Order: sequence, then C-alpha cells, then structure tokens
Amino acid sequence: MTLFNYSASELQEMIHNKELSIADLTAEAYTRIEALDEDVKAFLALNKEQAMAQAKEMDEVPASERGPLFGMPIGVKDNIVTEGLETTCSSKILQGFNPIYDATVVRKLREAGMITIGKLNMDEFAMGSSTENSAYKITRNPWDLDRVPGGSSGGSAASVAAGEVPFSLGSDTGGSIRQPASFCGVVGMKPTYGRVSRFGLVAFASSLDQIGPITRNVKDNALLLEAISGVDENDTTSANVDVPSFVESLTGDVKGLRIGVPKEYLGDGVGEAAKQSVLDALKVLESLGATWEEVSLPHSKYGLATYYLLASSEASSNLARFDGIRYGFRAENVESLMDLYKETRAQGFGDEVKRRIMLGTFALSAGSYDAYYKKAQQVRTLIKQDFDQVFENYDVIIGPTTPTPAFKVGEKNDDPLTMYANDILTIPVNLAGVPGISVPCGFSEGMPLGLQIIGKHFDEATIYRVAHAYEQATSFHKETPQLWEGAKS
Amino acid sequence: MANISKEEVKHVAHLARLAITDEEAEMFAGQLAAITNFAEQLNELDTTNVVPTTHVLPLVNVLREDKAVPGLDREKMMKNVREQEAGQVKVPSILD
Repeated sequence: MTLFNYSASELQEMIHNKELSIADLTAEAYTRIEALDEDVKAFLALNKEQAMAQAKEMDEVPASERGPLFGMPIGVKDNIVTEGLETTCSSKILQGFNPIYDATVVRKLREAGMITIGKLNMDEFAMGSSTENSAYKITRNPWDLDRVPGGSSGGSAASVAAGEVPFSLGSDTGGSIRQPASFCGVVGMKPTYGRVSRFGLVAFASSLDQIGPITRNVKDNALLLEAISGVDENDTTSANVDVPSFVESLTGDVKGLRIGVPKEYLGDGVGEAAKQSVLDALKVLESLGATWEEVSLPHSKYGLATYYLLASSEASSNLARFDGIRYGFRAENVESLMDLYKETRAQGFGDEVKRRIMLGTFALSAGSYDAYYKKAQQVRTLIKQDFDQVFENYDVIIGPTTPTPAFKVGEKNDDPLTMYANDILTIPVNLAGVPGISVPCGFSEGMPLGLQIIGKHFDEATIYRVAHAYEQATSFHKETPQLWEGAKS
Repeated sequence: MANISKEEVKHVAHLARLAITDEEAEMFAGQLAAITNFAEQLNELDTTNVVPTTHVLPLVNVLREDKAVPGLDREKMMKNVREQEAGQVKVPSILD
C-alpha cells in the first residue's frame, strides 16, 4: 500500500484533514523510488533536495490559495527542459547539460503547485518504442521486469505504473505517450497538436510533437492537462483556443454517443487479445447508452511510411543544432571545425538517432525531395481527410492502442521496421493532429492492454468523458503490478 | 527496388555532419534501402493535385508586437559552453 493508491482529490482531502503533509507526500515519492527504481530504472536525475525544501514551504501556504494539484509530486520526461536540473534527452550528446530556463509546461506545473521529483528515462531524443535506445539505462516494465515499458516515454509510464509518482509528463510524436501507457496499464493522453506549448520541449518532429499527461486514473489526467494547456507567446504553433474545464466533462453520461470503429484497427497484424479487449469495451459503452459502427480510415496502412519519412526529415533538421559548440558533449582531439562537428555527432548520438538523421537527410536531399518528402506530405493530407470524414458522423473513434502487449527486452532490436510496426495504430493520430488517449482495458498473459479513444481537434473533453465513463464501469485501472506491494514503504 | 550505395551513404553522412566508418556505411546502406523500399508503397497512391500538409492547424504568420524585450542573461547563456575565452565561444581554427 502506498499513498499513490489514492487519487489527487483523495490526497487533497487527507492533506486538508491534516492526516498528511505535502512533505510526507514528497518523501513518499523518494522512498518508493529508492525501493523500486533499482529494478524499474525509470529515473535519470532526482531533484530531492529542492523538492523537499519546496514541500516544506508549501505546507505553510493557506488552503484558500491551493488548487487541485497543489503539492502533488510529478516526474518529467527528460526531453522537457528544467532550469538547473540536468536534461539529457537520454543522449550522450547532452550529458551534463543544465538548462538555463524552464519549459512553459514546467512553469505551469510550478504555478499549479506541483513538485518536480526528477527526470524520466526515454528513448534517445524520443526515437523509439521501447526505451531501449536510452544512452544511460533500459527502463523495465513494472508488470514484468523482463519486458519493455514501451517508448519513447517509457520512464514516464513505468514510474506511474510502479507507484513511484502519481503524475508524469511525456511527449508523443507517433505514439510515445499512448503506447507506453498501454504497455504499463496507465492512462496517457496525447492532446490536440497546439493544445500544449512546446516551448522547452527539445524538438524531434516539430509538426507532430505534443506534451501530455500520464496518470493512474482519468480524472487526474484531466486535471493535469487543464493545468498545462493554453496558448503561449513562446510557441507560435500553440493554438489560441479556449481551455475548457476537462474535469467538468466527467459526467459519466455517454448516452447517444456515436462511436466509429475503424475496420483497419481490428484487421491483420492486430493481436486477438487486443481485438477482443476492444470488443468487450464497446459492449461496456453500449450498456451505458453509446452506439458503435464499423467505419474506415482507408489510408491507415500508409501511416507508418509517411510518418518515418516526415518525422525523420524534421528530426534531421532539428538535430542539426547539436554540434558540440555551445552546450553538451564535445569531441576531443580534432583538428578542424568540420571534424569537430562530425566527431561530436558521431560519438554523441546513438545508432537509432543516426539512422533517422541519415534517413531524413536523404529524404530532403536533392533528387529525393519530391519522391519522398513531398509525397509523404501529400499522403499526410489523405490521412487527415480520413479522420475528418469519419468525424462528420461520429463523436469518437475507438480501437486498440497497440497491436500486442509489451514485448521482451531485446526481442525487436534486430530490424528497425519490426520495431516501428508497434506504432501503426497511434501514428495516424499524430499525422492528423487530433487528440487520443490510452486507458487500461484488460490483460493478456498478465500484461496490460490499452483502449485508444480518439477525438476531434480540440475536443479532449469528449475523450475524457468517454474514458471516465468506461473507467468507472470497469476495474482494470485499479490493478497494480506485483512489485507495487513489494516496496518497503 | 532502390539500392543505396556506400558512396551515397557517405555523401548523406557528410551532409548530416556525421563521421562514419566503412562498416557503418555498409550497415546504413542496407537499412536505408530497406526503409526507403518500404516507403515506395506510397507510390500506390495517386496524389496528383493533393495539397501537401506541412501543418495541421490553420495558423499563418503568428507575429508579436515589434517591441524590444530583454533576452536571456549573457552569463547564463555561457554556462554550458565547454571552451570559452574572454566571454566568447572558442572553436578549433576555421582557417588554415
């Protein structure tokens, strides 16, 4: 049993009744990390001294000045910059890098009174689906330490699933929040592109990246998204749209809701257990008054190729800034400036990052641009139109988050294309820019499965309403991995 | 099937400012060929007259007021610079 069995509102009530202090809550996170992280390996850097000092100060703040997330501990993915706290993107090229400002989301966490516990492991520069591409350590799935937690936000999902922290932030470019949330049995939301400021998120693919929350239940997730959303003058791609109260949308009422279920999401390549768990979930939603019909997103199968061309192209440009000059790792014993660039990048980047920089540089180079890059941008339009058409007649789209549950560490390392196939059900959502969530919807061979609920642009409220109604009618989110109880807490 | 030669890989590596060994060039040649062959499936689609999507939001020319605002502190900005001299970033010589 840990304090992190409780939701934010339950914890707030305990704090209000003086059964618990914010300092106790912060200490609980570090106690859990000390007991569990040797196995789970979710955290890269800890912010212990500052966090404990901050907690003590916050215990003095009057109740009237506290919001729903005040004093809540949170872990932050290591591609989100935190002033004075090492930020590496799990890459050797940023080893020892201490940011000189906070990302907008980190500022917003502070304004909400949340306490940053530490930085979370990931695939290097968010390129990967297993967190095996970290230059520092391989995060393990708390449900089975021989399996991957998914990626690239593997540390963010694993830390919440292990009960080390009740909240974390991840980022999602092609599924990097939803896929690990699914693998680890937690709730992960990729908001609409533009909903959350990307200022201070180290850029991978700028037209696809979004920051989003990972939690153990839907309500906490809605609270956190509300706190980090909004237009930001430091991010010209953040959208100037109203941020509704997502928590108010959690009415439990889905009567008359129209669900589209793409036949492509229950077709070849998707495992039986994933399919069955989705059909079971649809029955639950039907019993609550929703209706569903089969629909088609005919260009889904082209999503993977489109994504790898576009994301790699954008990455090859974004990662040009890592040159060893102004920050991070710098190669030694080189003669010329050109060699300094080349050696720094060759020694500083891992293989997957190099592979994508090479692919992107190739796709953008003279003679390839029209055939690969422009072609992929055109197919992106077709994929986006698929979603637009379905959303003319349906409120949400539902399918599995991933074709299979978490695989074993080392199982898919040999062939990049096999690893990429993990993301076939999440990638189209990024290409269309729409929001999507993964919520726990069952187990297969003891490993969690995720239900993906996709909504219209800027309609996270409906997604949360459906996810919450489903969650309240089921108990999968209450399950915890065996090591949860094993902690000496 | 598109083939990518070791020489092409080395050219791309130069454009990307990555030092690359012969063995790596060989490995990337195979992997890039596999990935680009996989991407050839996009040619099944007729995209004549399809407008490319660079961005999903209907945003154009987001500008702020043309007014000077303070930037980051210079000393802070030098904090992560590995080699520096007299407040300048030091790099290897760029002229022979």
